[in-house]
Amino acid sequence: MSESTITTASPAGARATLPAIETVRLTKSFGTVQALRGCSFQANPGEVTALVGDNGAGKSTLVKAMAGVYDPDGGQILVDGREVKITSPQVASALGIETVFQDLALAPDLDAASNVFLGRELRMLRILRDQREMRRRTASQFAKLGVGLVQDLRVPVASFSGGQRQSVAIARAAMWARHVIMMDEPTAALGVIQTAKVLELIHTVRDQGLAVIFISHNLPQVIEVADRIEVMRLGVRVARFRRGEADLDLLIDAISGAFANDTSDPGAAGRADQLDEGVQP
Amino acid sequence: MSRSDEPQMQGIETDTWQQLLRRLRSAPVLATFGFLLALMVFFSIKAPGKFNTGDNLTRLAQNVAILTVVSVGTTFVIAARGIDLSIPSGIILGEVFAAEALRHISVTTNGVPGKAIDVSARDTNAGYILAALGAALLAGLLIGLLNGVIVAYLRVPAMIATLGTLGAGLGVALIIRHGVNVASYALEPVANAHVIPGVTNLILIAVVVFVLGVVGLHLSVFGRHTLAIGSNEEAARRVGLRVQRHLVKVYVLGGLANGFAGFLSLAYFTTTSVGGHTTDNLQAITAVALGGTSLFGGVATMFGTLIGVWIPAVLKNGFIIIKVNPYWQMVAVGAVLVLAVWIDQLRRRGQQR
Repeated sequence: MSESTITTASPAGARATLPAIETVRLTKSFGTVQALRGCSFQANPGEVTALVGDNGAGKSTLVKAMAGVYDPDGGQILVDGREVKITSPQVASALGIETVFQDLALAPDLDAASNVFLGRELRMLRILRDQREMRRRTASQFAKLGVGLVQDLRVPVASFSGGQRQSVAIARAAMWARHVIMMDEPTAALGVIQTAKVLELIHTVRDQGLAVIFISHNLPQVIEVADRIEVMRLGVRVARFRRGEADLDLLIDAISGAFANDTSDPGAAGRADQLDEGVQP
Repeated sequence: MSRSDEPQMQGIETDTWQQLLRRLRSAPVLATFGFLLALMVFFSIKAPGKFNTGDNLTRLAQNVAILTVVSVGTTFVIAARGIDLSIPSGIILGEVFAAEALRHISVTTNGVPGKAIDVSARDTNAGYILAALGAALLAGLLIGLLNGVIVAYLRVPAMIATLGTLGAGLGVALIIRHGVNVASYALEPVANAHVIPGVTNLILIAVVVFVLGVVGLHLSVFGRHTLAIGSNEEAARRVGLRVQRHLVKVYVLGGLANGFAGFLSLAYFTTTSVGGHTTDNLQAITAVALGGTSLFGGVATMFGTLIGVWIPAVLKNGFIIIKVNPYWQMVAVGAVLVLAVWIDQLRRRGQQR
């Protein structure tokens, strides 16, 4: 397969293991707007990969393509080196890919266990819920992740604080993710202590061997948390850094277009130029 | 922080007696239940030997039976953040379809040819009853399906969609019957006979439907999905629930309850009632709201609905017995409804962050 040659043609110094998820020259347009113009991206198991870029760089579009929310126009998505078509959130789930969206997507009137198991309920006699077992597993999942915030599993999540709700959403994603867990600005709405808690949670999830993809505008936080950073600009990846390779200034340069080091996909820049002609100024 | 395998959280184990009691005490449905009990005690004291007799309570249960069936279905619809105003057309079409089915079954009674609709309660048989039941459920299914498709797929607001099918359904019933009611005793045993001594079948059927409703809403996966969709439709979609299909099922469930209520109504009153049942939708919504089910979806209790069905009935019955003008019941129910929902709002605002 030709894709596999592309996969292995990763930059020198990359790990020998296959990326948990990888996109190759992904394109996606909305009318005349090209949100992704041949975007390559990869995230490795056991690593936190931060995805940064200015507003409109295409980060959320890329994540939604991998989450099965958007259907890309062209390019490939590879999971464990195999090309896949992620046509719906269900397909993503079946592939072990879970997403924590910015708005969390919790049902506020239901309790934590019901939210964690929503759509994947444990059943008795085919149609009844096994609420007891779901609560027990939710509790042990929270304990495993060190979520000590949730005290009563019966109360609706509406009565939780922002950080507690975020914890429920992440715990849910971590419960079902087998490969990849994507988080779109998980700390954007949180206070200092809650943010620290969520970042700790991200590391716990990573240490379980999952690939964590983490979108954030908070660059100091990105530098602190991420094992690798991939920078997007105008719908393509322009730079990638390993932990310690980038400081704040370099990241800002990459985001604003003053710095690029992505040589893994030499066609991307040229193609982006061609595509520029079709784009409204 | 506890990282052991024995997490220190509440609510994992099944509740003990005391926990269950403590939880009940804080449940909003208990306040409504307390109010119902207080009403019954009040009328028992005011009219001893009249209100609090087995006969009167049985009569009450009989009076609320059909509304109970309807309200069980409505609870599901409202739990999913929907509304069903087409209840009267579901009921009446159920009656009319059932009557039409009976009208098309030829029978010979004592050598005289006739139709099943004209047989006496003594000469009826399970075949006629099942045919009528099937026809009534078909009517409910059709109108529920129409509601569901219009709301879920055409995205017409439920209030308008079901207002439309309310008018259209009533029109169809009048067209089929040429505006004239038809009597039949063929179904009478369904409502008025006794399988259990002392309890008419109508009451028994309402109890069975209620129990099914409790299981369906509170214990089944279907009920949980209904509440999730009512609570946050987008969240339900993102975790992979087929929201539109589920909404259609919920409206079909509501429609089936209404059609079944039509079947029971024909059995109990022994006549169709085109032009009747006009406020059954408002009565059902009142009962559901009184019971503490949120009209904004996501929060629902079937027990609450049962209490909500009984409060207006007890008020009316009690007023008649203590010789208060029974029209005051309407005033009282209106006030209680607003009060109950207001208190519920206060409680929820206090809880929500």
